[in-house]
Amino acid sequence: MDVQTHSGNLFMNTATMAYRNLLKTVHNPDRFMDVIIQPVMFMLMFGYLFGGAIAGGVQAYLPTIVPGILMQTMLSAASGSGAQIREDLDSGVFDRFKSLPMAHVAPLAGQLFADSLRLLMATVASLTTGYLMGWRPAVGFGWVVAIAGLAIVTGWALSWLFALLGLLAKSAGAVQSVSLMTMLVLSFMSNAFVPLKSLTKPLQFIAHLNPVTYVITAIRQILATGSWTHEALLVLGVDLIIVVIFAPLAVWAYDRN
Amino acid sequence: MTTKNAIEVSHLTKKFGKKLAVDDVSFNVRQGEVFGLLGPNGAGKTTTLRMLTTLLKADAGQVKIFGHDTVKEGRLARSLFGLTGQYAVVDEDISARQNLMIFARLNGLSRPDAKQRTTELLHEFSLENSADKALKDFSGGMRRRLDLAVSLITRPALIFLDEPTTGLDPRTRTQMWDTIRHLVQQGSTIVLTTQYLDEADQLADNLAIIDHGKLVKTGTPAELKQQIGGTRLNFTVDRSTQVGAAVKLVAAQVADAVQQTGQQLSVRLTQMAQAAPILTALNQAKITISQLAVQEPSLDDVFLNLTVGKN
Ligand SMILES: Nc1ncnc2c1ncn2[C@@H]1O[C@H](COP(=O)(O)OP(=O)(O)O)[C@@H](O)[C@H]1O
Ligand SMILES: [Mg+2]
Repeated sequence: MDVQTHSGNLFMNTATMAYRNLLKTVHNPDRFMDVIIQPVMFMLMFGYLFGGAIAGGVQAYLPTIVPGILMQTMLSAASGSGAQIREDLDSGVFDRFKSLPMAHVAPLAGQLFADSLRLLMATVASLTTGYLMGWRPAVGFGWVVAIAGLAIVTGWALSWLFALLGLLAKSAGAVQSVSLMTMLVLSFMSNAFVPLKSLTKPLQFIAHLNPVTYVITAIRQILATGSWTHEALLVLGVDLIIVVIFAPLAVWAYDRN
Repeated sequence: MTTKNAIEVSHLTKKFGKKLAVDDVSFNVRQGEVFGLLGPNGAGKTTTLRMLTTLLKADAGQVKIFGHDTVKEGRLARSLFGLTGQYAVVDEDISARQNLMIFARLNGLSRPDAKQRTTELLHEFSLENSADKALKDFSGGMRRRLDLAVSLITRPALIFLDEPTTGLDPRTRTQMWDTIRHLVQQGSTIVLTTQYLDEADQLADNLAIIDHGKLVKTGTPAELKQQIGGTRLNFTVDRSTQVGAAVKLVAAQVADAVQQTGQQLSVRLTQMAQAAPILTALNQAKITISQLAVQEPSLDDVFLNLTVGKN
């Protein structure tokens, strides 16, 4: 009557958890509709409303906002991870996971791997809308893939940060409002929509402290020069550091819960 | 040691801030029995269960599952039991089959084994017809059943159930009881918590009554009832002229005093077998009686007796 089991390895457990989250996403399309609709909406609104005022035309504005809105979308997709984790915690399903003889980091890692699909869809939605509006990067398609990759890696690193927030927060509502604030502040207090030079000195100072500014700069540089710049490498390095720091912290918070 | 213990709990304690949720609790659960943890809402049942199942670190005390310390050998201990929490935690968004498959895989079953086990469990829990529907359309009872099925994937020898029937309608509740009895027949050891006295009475071989984090009493349901005063025999003497004679007759048969209220008599029996001679004696003396009732003490009495006044 014995059931043949082996204590699961990290890779298999994570794959199963990612599969679970993907299934949930497929059954619940509204879980990714937000990250598709949001960039399309922002791209159209900002492009047509402010393009003329800020850059003298939609075409001229696109090189500024395509990377800007791409990063803004990454931020909001990443912040969704926190809310989802909080929801799972509240539902008690993590208790069930924890009582299983499986690797402890797997439920978190699975969630975050599944979330990279959200990031991918958000990226495709942002770039496609830009293309349809007339955005034509001077560099080859390979470099567009490169910046998409850079954005997704950055979004993924950030989702660990939001996951930690979700694990530490009191309620899903709290996670959502903090996430929304963070997203708004970080995306608008940066060079995402306007050239830094147009900002007042205090705002410029803040924008320079804002990490999002550096990611957007890196993306614009790659698109302008067709090469990996120092900024781009720096961003990748920081992404790595974020994961190295926040993944263990998230696991710690998960164990503590 | 004649019977092996499935669980040994000693001096388990948990504080939340200043509140002692579980206060120096010790008990053993024998292999193959149903052990009931009975207590009102907020008594500390879930907290105790969470510590037994390694979900919560105890502030003090020790838990051994089949001899393995849950702190030192957590992962091994976790592989020895199944847990069904207080709230159904199966995923609403996906189907019963997908839920079972995912948990089977997480439990370390290979893909073909997981598939086979899923089919078996869907069958055992009569969920085949709705296996591929999203759980959103499931009734509370079906969700509970699936939740239990999930914790049985590895056929654990030890199963924890936290309030398995809370919120279920009476019919589904009876079904759940049958399922639990069936598991016991297959040799499982079961630890369940409940607020319902009749449920503990129906299912548990041994009980621990917990209140305000403290174990107030342990024993079999019968023992606990015995302590509260055994079975009572109640009846009414039809003719008021015969009451005196009836009291004398009954008093001759039992140790305790006969309680008399008007024409109603009530007497405590130490054994059910005492009832027959009393009735025969009354019959021979041509004393007619009515409204005869044998009143088993309910666990309600036990419970009230032990917990009221301390709140
Ligand atoms: N995570 C927690 N933080 C603070 N207090 C808690 C926590 N979990 C339970 N408690 C408190 O501990 C007591 C026992 O709770 P619990 O074990 O859930 O009771 P039961 O399951 O018997 O209804 C309650 O007073 C409850 O409010
Ligand atoms: Mg409880």
